[in-house]
Amino acid sequence: MTTEEVQNQIIEEFSLFDDWMDKYEMIIEMGNELTPYNEKYKTPANIINGCQSRVWLNADYIDGKVIFTADADAIIAKGIIALLMNILSNRTPKEIIETELFCIDRIGLHQNLSPTRANGLVLMIKQIKNYAIAYQAKTNE
Amino acid sequence: MFDIKKIRDDFPILSRKVYGKNLIYLDNAATTQKPLCVIEKISEMYSSFNANVHRAVHFLSDASTNEYEAARTVIKNFINAEKSSEIIFTKGTTDAINLVAFSYGERFIEKGDVILVAESEHHSNIVPWQMLCQRKHAILKSIPINDKGEIDFDKYIELLTEKVKIVAVAQVSNSLGTINDIRKIIEKAHEFNAKVLIDGAQGVQHFKTDVQELNCDFYVFSGHKIYAETGIGVLYGKHELLEQMPPYQGGGDMIKSVSFAKTEYADLPLKFEAGTPNYMGAVSLGEAIKYITQIDLENIQTYETELANYAEEKLETVENLKKIGTAAKKTGVVSFQLGNIHPYDAGMILDKLGIAVRTGTHCAEPVMHHFGILGTIRASFAFYNTKEEIDELCLGLLRVQKMFH
Repeated sequence: MTTEEVQNQIIEEFSLFDDWMDKYEMIIEMGNELTPYNEKYKTPANIINGCQSRVWLNADYIDGKVIFTADADAIIAKGIIALLMNILSNRTPKEIIETELFCIDRIGLHQNLSPTRANGLVLMIKQIKNYAIAYQAKTNE
Repeated sequence: MFDIKKIRDDFPILSRKVYGKNLIYLDNAATTQKPLCVIEKISEMYSSFNANVHRAVHFLSDASTNEYEAARTVIKNFINAEKSSEIIFTKGTTDAINLVAFSYGERFIEKGDVILVAESEHHSNIVPWQMLCQRKHAILKSIPINDKGEIDFDKYIELLTEKVKIVAVAQVSNSLGTINDIRKIIEKAHEFNAKVLIDGAQGVQHFKTDVQELNCDFYVFSGHKIYAETGIGVLYGKHELLEQMPPYQGGGDMIKSVSFAKTEYADLPLKFEAGTPNYMGAVSLGEAIKYITQIDLENIQTYETELANYAEEKLETVENLKKIGTAAKKTGVVSFQLGNIHPYDAGMILDKLGIAVRTGTHCAEPVMHHFGILGTIRASFAFYNTKEEIDELCLGLLRVQKMFH
């Protein structure tokens, strides 16, 4: 599936719920399904600074694709990052860089997108994109 | 008489809905809502009295200057300063502390001097002193707190020496709500000739403060936490101290005469008010203080104490709730953890229920280190909150627990 298709699927799943509590239940569920994060990668370098909860993000570049693993100590933050992983992990740097994350607005998470909002969704996205840019630059060397 | 319904009607924002639910605003330690009289006063100022203060001879400038200076007098009376010239308008508490740290610090702090701050201080009452100590090679020491969140008085006495030049403590801790015994702290500091700055940001709106009776050297607070606009605050300083302090910033309004050879500074308080001051903010602060004076701070204190006691008791009934900060004397601030639920998660769910609380470290990371935690959920009350809202908070917390278990 393309990142666009994955995002459309997420939008469809969220559209089943009107109540925010149900949407959060789903975000929590996504967090629970997140690939376990290797404890040895819980290094200070992998922490995304600026989030109210602690979020760790690790990237590996395998066969032309960036594989992200991540974790967070708050459950909703973990769910949000799982959502991002579903869309952006296991993609080429080019795909990651070019992906427009339109689903965030559509499922109502956009209010978490303001730069100063403490959950750091913006910072998570920026960090993911930075990895992609770095790997792309490396490939082009 | 304290009529809660009438009071709530005075605050337009309290009747709004968020996510289709009644707003329950329990983040008053961060900022307070504004009564209609303050909102209308700002509108009236812009509609009828706007002109730069202390400048021109025309009618409007005169009118606006009168309003600005009248606000200064209201504040002087409110905290019982001796003179209006002891009231300096600043951007807020942080700005006022920086003013003292730069100006007083520049003149009086020398290498090896000691500045004491409590472990429970807000970052704004730590960082300016840290910066001063770096500039002057002075030493910043923290006065430990005990496990209830109270300043350890014995340890404070041990830290006091002739080297201590400034003691800076909060009247009330922002993260825990502890009411510090500032009278005793000031008295002891003065025995060692140290000057005392009291951060009144979390105290001035809750109970009567008399700076002369306290005998503090500096007292600072923010307008927005006492029902006025943001961007306005107050530095009170004893006249003889302010007189000796050099200006903090240069510009218009703080001068008597300027030539390229020499500038003569204005008298107090203008010496510390460079540039066009936030006269709108000052007037809004004067109006807010008139409003609470009319309700009477004693009535406010009585009501808030009842509300705080109710909250303390009611929150006890929530399973797995652990209070952080259990001082004998507290304002209406309850900081707590909910089992092992992350404060951020709890805050996100409460938000969608229309309940506004603060989560995180509350700009007081050393306090969190003391308790070995990463953050708390903090509910903080104002006199427009009700017991029903506290009940709703407790129900909200049950909902949070259901969500994460």
